[in-house]
Amino acid sequence: MNPILLTPRDLAVSALLLVLDAALSVALRLGLHRQLGVAAARMVIQLLVVGVILRRVFDAASPALTLLLVIVMATIAAREVAARPEQRLGRFGNLAVAGSAVAGAACLTVVFALTTAIRPMPWYDPRYAVPLAGIILGNVLNAASLALDALLGSVVRERAAVEARLALGASFGTAMARLARQAIRRGMLPMINQMSAAGLVTLPGIMTGQILAGLEPMEAVKYQILLMFLLAGGGALASVVAVLLAVRLLTDPRQRLRLDRLRPG
Amino acid sequence: MAISGASGAGKSLFLRMVADLDPNEGEAWLDGQPRAAMRAPEWRARVIYCAAESGWWDPGVGAHFPLGHRVAAAALAGRLGLTADLLTTEVARLSSGERQRLALIRALVRRPAALLLDEPTGALDPASVARVEAVLTERLAAGLVLVLATHDPGQPARLGARQLVMRAGRLGPA
Repeated sequence: MNPILLTPRDLAVSALLLVLDAALSVALRLGLHRQLGVAAARMVIQLLVVGVILRRVFDAASPALTLLLVIVMATIAAREVAARPEQRLGRFGNLAVAGSAVAGAACLTVVFALTTAIRPMPWYDPRYAVPLAGIILGNVLNAASLALDALLGSVVRERAAVEARLALGASFGTAMARLARQAIRRGMLPMINQMSAAGLVTLPGIMTGQILAGLEPMEAVKYQILLMFLLAGGGALASVVAVLLAVRLLTDPRQRLRLDRLRPG
Repeated sequence: MAISGASGAGKSLFLRMVADLDPNEGEAWLDGQPRAAMRAPEWRARVIYCAAESGWWDPGVGAHFPLGHRVAAAALAGRLGLTADLLTTEVARLSSGERQRLALIRALVRRPAALLLDEPTGALDPASVARVEAVLTERLAAGLVLVLATHDPGQPARLGARQLVMRAGRLGPA
């Protein structure tokens, strides 16, 4: 089955729904029509630009260009992770933690998938590498930022408990183990929910897209299963790396709890 | 040794620095051994700091007492006027006085060489204060090194402690 290709007219027709939204906003005095218009325009422009870039990169099929694009995507993801927690590690600590967690976890997962399961020729074919990196980065970003936020938030709240253990002679690792475990769990929970709800509550986006694009449903399902495994692996890895690195940055050679290195974000 | 002084003068910070819980310059010795020669957790296991506001890392009281310490903890609890079932209850149910005494027990059962106590009887009634002081006096006689920060003017004399005063971050004679 061939995908039904969309024409600009099709898109214009669907944009009528947005006009309806705007009309509702005016009629009900929601005050949202301006924001709605700006958001819609941004979405269209951003996606068109991405489409153009992707086409260029796919046509060029150059490993260097693919790598550059992936690095740009990873940098943006790392900045997001670093910016989200309420508490921040000073001296670019958050950025270092987020960058290592996001880049490390995503790279490992993407390369693993491209060299074992999907195996395009060559393995760095941008048609596979770029979208795969995109979706994995998105998930890894989520997991790492949740885990980091949970750790930094809880260490501030539970300072007395951590220091009580330190004062009794526990190592910093022992004193932090409970909080680190909770933070890693916090990072991994959304993936577990996503896996158990997949197909029942929502049809996952990738699968929906592939079915709409004409792929046989079973093939789309297989892709989705592979992706879920990759996302789970990448997310877990990112949570663990982010938490372990942040724990290291919260202490010093005398194994103290150094909350003075945190500042409100 | 007892340290008195206005709130905010730096008593707690001093105790925390001796325990190596806050960054500090200077050196401390235990039986002639410098702190710098010991790993920090080892030092803190031998020189235990008890904060004025005790921290608890598990919802259950029992988790704060390793198995090998439970008998000793129960005995001390009795001497400090606490019932034994408090050792198996939840931390959230404890009163502040119970918490303070249990935190002291938690430190005592580990048999430290030195104890740094930050207002150890601040939340206690006079009868409990006397019980805590009796236990501390006994440990002092057995060779415990005790440094305490206190607002109780009679406490240093009752414990036979040398008195020092902290004024704006400086330790001086009373």
